[in-house]
Amino acid sequence: MTDSVIEARDLRRGYSGGFEAVRGVSFSVARGEVFALLGTNGAGKTSTVELLEGLAAPSGGQVRVFGLDPYARRAEVRPRTGVMLQEGGFPSDLSVTETVRMWGGVTTGARPAAEVLQLVGLTARSSVRVKQLSGGERRRLDLALALLGRPEVLFLDEPTTGMDPEGRRDTWALVRELREQGTTVLLTTHYLEEAEELADRLAILHDGELVLSGTPAEVTATRPARIRFTLPAGVPAARLPLTLRAAASGQRVEIRTQRLQADLTELLGWARETGVELAGLDARSASLEEAFLEIAHSRRGAGDRTEDTMAGTR
Amino acid sequence: MNTLTLNAGRITALGRSELTLLVRNRATLTLALLMPLMMVFILRSSLGDSEGAQTVGEATLTGGIGMVLLLVVHMNLVSSYVARREELVLKRLRTGEASDVEILSGTALPAAALALAQIAVLAVAGAAVLDVAVPRNPLLILVAVLAGVLLLAALSAVTSSFTRTVETAGLTTLPLFLVSVLGSGMFAPVDSLPDAVARVCELLPLSGVMTLVRAGWSGGAAGGDLLGAGLTTLAWIVISVFAVQRWFRWEPRR
Repeated sequence: MTDSVIEARDLRRGYSGGFEAVRGVSFSVARGEVFALLGTNGAGKTSTVELLEGLAAPSGGQVRVFGLDPYARRAEVRPRTGVMLQEGGFPSDLSVTETVRMWGGVTTGARPAAEVLQLVGLTARSSVRVKQLSGGERRRLDLALALLGRPEVLFLDEPTTGMDPEGRRDTWALVRELREQGTTVLLTTHYLEEAEELADRLAILHDGELVLSGTPAEVTATRPARIRFTLPAGVPAARLPLTLRAAASGQRVEIRTQRLQADLTELLGWARETGVELAGLDARSASLEEAFLEIAHSRRGAGDRTEDTMAGTR
Repeated sequence: MNTLTLNAGRITALGRSELTLLVRNRATLTLALLMPLMMVFILRSSLGDSEGAQTVGEATLTGGIGMVLLLVVHMNLVSSYVARREELVLKRLRTGEASDVEILSGTALPAAALALAQIAVLAVAGAAVLDVAVPRNPLLILVAVLAGVLLLAALSAVTSSFTRTVETAGLTTLPLFLVSVLGSGMFAPVDSLPDAVARVCELLPLSGVMTLVRAGWSGGAAGGDLLGAGLTTLAWIVISVFAVQRWFRWEPRR
């Protein structure tokens, strides 16, 4: 484990009032890896990330960043990390450049303001006051501050929320570029696409617990693939081979399987032998989105309670 | 919290942007510049001419110094701390390298500098216009003023923790203002009050600073009084620093 730069062990975070937002989360992130924490609103993503950033001490368990406690050893850890909070705060009456310069004043080895603004594509807006920026531009400015000290580890809490599609693509490109330079990135997102695009590994949080983790491929592999088609009139679903575990509603059939290729071959062989035309045939592996929605859905019963409580615990 | 090693570069960087913000906020700046002047005039006219120009002048100046501390340091800073907290600036800053003390000091820097400058102007102008003698012990005044700035900055941080919005800062800063104006000898020397009341008033937050400033100007205070005033001030500083560590709010209530 010498190579892991972030380690969370049985992490817990309780808030006054008894609500526990993080309930025993463990994972580790290797150097140079892009790791995504996925979850619906209120799953505990931000509460977890704030513990990793060292903004608060966990009520149970342990966090290590570079092998150090990021809360107690703040002075040693901070010069090596860059943070982008879910909701950044800048004085609204400062200009973009002034904000970067202020941040540069509290950052070791800060890049020049012009360089970092170029990096996030804000050069044209450098003399604009922060209060006049759009939501997406604010996110870019926040990202600029996170990158200012050339951090080894970057924490990005929902980095592209509020960005337009172009801003999102730019940010993704930037994260990939940083990874190529060896930066470790921990990001939270509720965009599955974003996790699929960027993450080497990801973990799905639900109700403060980590329910699934692995590479995007591993996570989707835990979910069954799906074959869908419609049988012609007069061909009942009962005539399908019994080995295919088909669920029919009228003429429409859905088969869920862990062995997509074998089952699909069997289905197509049967269709050729019997001369049946399978209308609207569609076969696909599970997507991350399906895996995610299934998890969220299967646990919804327990989740309803937390949904509204969490609005208050960002 | 690594409170002992402060990084001057980080404090000035924060102070510089805070100064930019102060200058851009016309209303606050105007208030900070004009209010103390106004108060000094009010002070001067309320004291009347009963006790001779020299005494009145000195009372005006020492009271004026107290006013500057209250208006420019305390009222200003409570607003700044609350504004930065509500804009999530304090929370964002805490993700960076600056320590908690550096963040609070940097934010306080412009208000503290402005107050010191105004007090210097007041002293020089006062000597010229109000016909007041040169201070007997300028060093004592300087130390007292610096302690006052430190104390009021800490009290501002405490006050900000129970101030929800910038708009309510006017209200939450009022108690200290009134208590100090009435009880810390800003308008009238505490000696003119009944003995028991005077004894209590000596223990108010700004009373020690005011006693030291007055003694620095006119001399004549007994060593015991000075020691008492110094200890009272020190005690208040310790209490408020403790309260800041304990209760200061770095992010908005949600």
